[in-house]
Amino acid sequence: MAGLLRLTTAGSVDDGKSTLVGRLLQDTQSILSDQLAAVDRATRARGGVELDLALLTDGLRAEREQGITIDVAYRYFATPTRKFVLADCPGHVQYTRNTVTGASTAELAVVLVDARNGLVEQTRRHLAVMAFLRVPHVMLAVNKMDLVDFDEPIFRCIESEFAAVARSLGVPDVVTVPVSALHGDNVATRSARTPWYRGPTLLEHLETVPTGREAVAEPMRFPVQLVLRPRTAEHPDYRGLAGQIASGVLAVGDDVIALPSGGRSTVTGIDTPDGPVLRAIAGQSVTVLLADEIDAGRGEVLARPEQAPRVVTELSADLCWLADRPLRPGARVLVKHGTRTVRAIVTALTGRLDLHTLHHTEPPDALELNEIGGALIRLAEPLAVDSYATDRHTGGFLVIDATDGNTLAAGLVGSRNAA
Amino acid sequence: MTAILTRIQRAQRGNRHPNNPAEPAEWGTSVDHLAALESEAVHIIREVVAEFDRPVLLFSGGKDSAVLLHLALRALQPAPLPFPLLHVDTGHNFPEVIAFRDRLVAELGLRLHVAAVQDWIDDGRLTERPDGTRNPLQTVPLLDTINEHRFDAVFGGARRDEDRARAKERIVSLRDAFGGWDPRRQRPELWSLYNGRHTAGEHVRVFPLSNWTELDIWHYIARRDVPVPDIYYAHQREVFARDGMWLTAGEWGGPRNGERIVTKSVRYRTVGDASCTGAVESTAVTIDEVLTEVATSRITERGATRADDRLSEAAMEDRKRDGYF
Repeated sequence: MAGLLRLTTAGSVDDGKSTLVGRLLQDTQSILSDQLAAVDRATRARGGVELDLALLTDGLRAEREQGITIDVAYRYFATPTRKFVLADCPGHVQYTRNTVTGASTAELAVVLVDARNGLVEQTRRHLAVMAFLRVPHVMLAVNKMDLVDFDEPIFRCIESEFAAVARSLGVPDVVTVPVSALHGDNVATRSARTPWYRGPTLLEHLETVPTGREAVAEPMRFPVQLVLRPRTAEHPDYRGLAGQIASGVLAVGDDVIALPSGGRSTVTGIDTPDGPVLRAIAGQSVTVLLADEIDAGRGEVLARPEQAPRVVTELSADLCWLADRPLRPGARVLVKHGTRTVRAIVTALTGRLDLHTLHHTEPPDALELNEIGGALIRLAEPLAVDSYATDRHTGGFLVIDATDGNTLAAGLVGSRNAA
Repeated sequence: MTAILTRIQRAQRGNRHPNNPAEPAEWGTSVDHLAALESEAVHIIREVVAEFDRPVLLFSGGKDSAVLLHLALRALQPAPLPFPLLHVDTGHNFPEVIAFRDRLVAELGLRLHVAAVQDWIDDGRLTERPDGTRNPLQTVPLLDTINEHRFDAVFGGARRDEDRARAKERIVSLRDAFGGWDPRRQRPELWSLYNGRHTAGEHVRVFPLSNWTELDIWHYIARRDVPVPDIYYAHQREVFARDGMWLTAGEWGGPRNGERIVTKSVRYRTVGDASCTGAVESTAVTIDEVLTEVATSRITERGATRADDRLSEAAMEDRKRDGYF
């Protein structure tokens, strides 16, 4: 059976993102006739003539009434080789908040530009956010090629400019495709109008880009979610640590250390609902049996002792601030990392990331909504952390309002913690 | 009956062969998309069990809630299910589904709460709608029962592919003291870190099947041998046509004047309130035939079978804002 690719899209207003998403869904036969009929009815009700594919994805009453996209929408399509989960992010309202949300789980990002305009300021911002969240693969779709007569020099110029920006941001893998979302050129089918283009179609690239390898190659991390102790007649002494392997490979016989508590033991069994297995890999939810009854409840992370995460009580991190109320030094918050939530104080702001230049500015007085900046955070209890740069699956955390419980920021553990 | 028992007990016990820990192909090597969805759902269920005091699982007896229950058993095995099921009963039931529900609950030793819409109508807290449809009436009994038992996390089998409004739903989604959903005030949901913090009176809805499609559900039912009610497979049934759907004749709504009962080979793609859930013509009697049919269908399951979603463009959003599933 096919694998799963999670992807996200980013585009400025009017560069045809909804049309591209609609085209992908339509060309993979993922739009069914009653959905098309509903879009058709809605288009006509608004006085439109040509099928407005944006109405397929804009689901909320307010979105349809105002003709804008408010929130991330999730779309599903599949080809014989892969299933796709697409986080479709709006281009304007709450832009950073939504893009950060979509990018946090994406293995690939499709960035859109209008061939007539080339790279615009928003494109750089999109790419900067993808780089910030270390989306492993970024793809540029140069859209509306039909409006520039499928001109190769225009495409090449945009391609090389984008590659240069990507390089400067440290984005490793960029593929650029000339498309017309409206007419379907190079989306799912190769266009006869771009004979000079030898690369893959957009869909071909989505079907073949490697997935999951990165997580399996990283050091093993197993955040313990809960301890299963059935105490039934059948299992009087069972004590299993339930969790999902965040990264790496776990095998029976491995020596492990539980952090932050520091207890050590050996893996004697890995249970799955289908029976015991000898090894399991990143992404799998399993139950781990240990030789010793060490302190390894919820909030602990199992790791190999020689590749252990760092235990810290002060965190240097980048924050993407997602709340209306600005962040100022001294704020008391909660930090949720893996399966552990601790009280914390933001002791200092160390700089603000300028998304135009990608340089950090002087320490600001406050971090406003949608801004990204560095912060020092003092923790009431220790956390076992990896830097986000080395492990995307264990380096992220949430900053939560201790009073109303709202999510205030996406946090990325800085590399200074993991020296 | 016994078949159901053995299949689920096998799921609960883990199907062990102590002398031959032969690794199922999917474990330890690569993760295919169904295994990835399963692991994601198990992770979500375990997070909720670890962080909440009083979870409950909404169980209608339909295929999505059957898969959800199966995943919950797998997530926590060999421990027994630590939370009850809740069925909001419209009174317009398919007898086969109620029998399936009761068998499952009895054989697995689960706890089941039933909130019957009829009770709310009888004591005046609800009034029957002129059209006789009871699907929209489920919201009040649901919220009253959540309050009465102080449930703080309510698992549901809703999927994002079902509806435009559901496509914007979070996996862990906050409900205010009135059970309402405010799509403009949703918390951003990052990585696989779920923020379920809530204040007194609020609760969260949790949707572990968010990223599953109808076809994924059927592939999973086939792979894990998940029991579902027989009416999901083709059978002969007395039906009558209304609004382009085949409805079952019953005391609650039909046939009315001019509607003629015919016997057809049909199956159900969804199972809800029997007065507004239609059957589709089908000859698919095996799981493989159902899979083929679902894969080639050109109509969504809700479009084919749910009258309640045809009320308006944003029918689901409006019901969700009021506290519906």
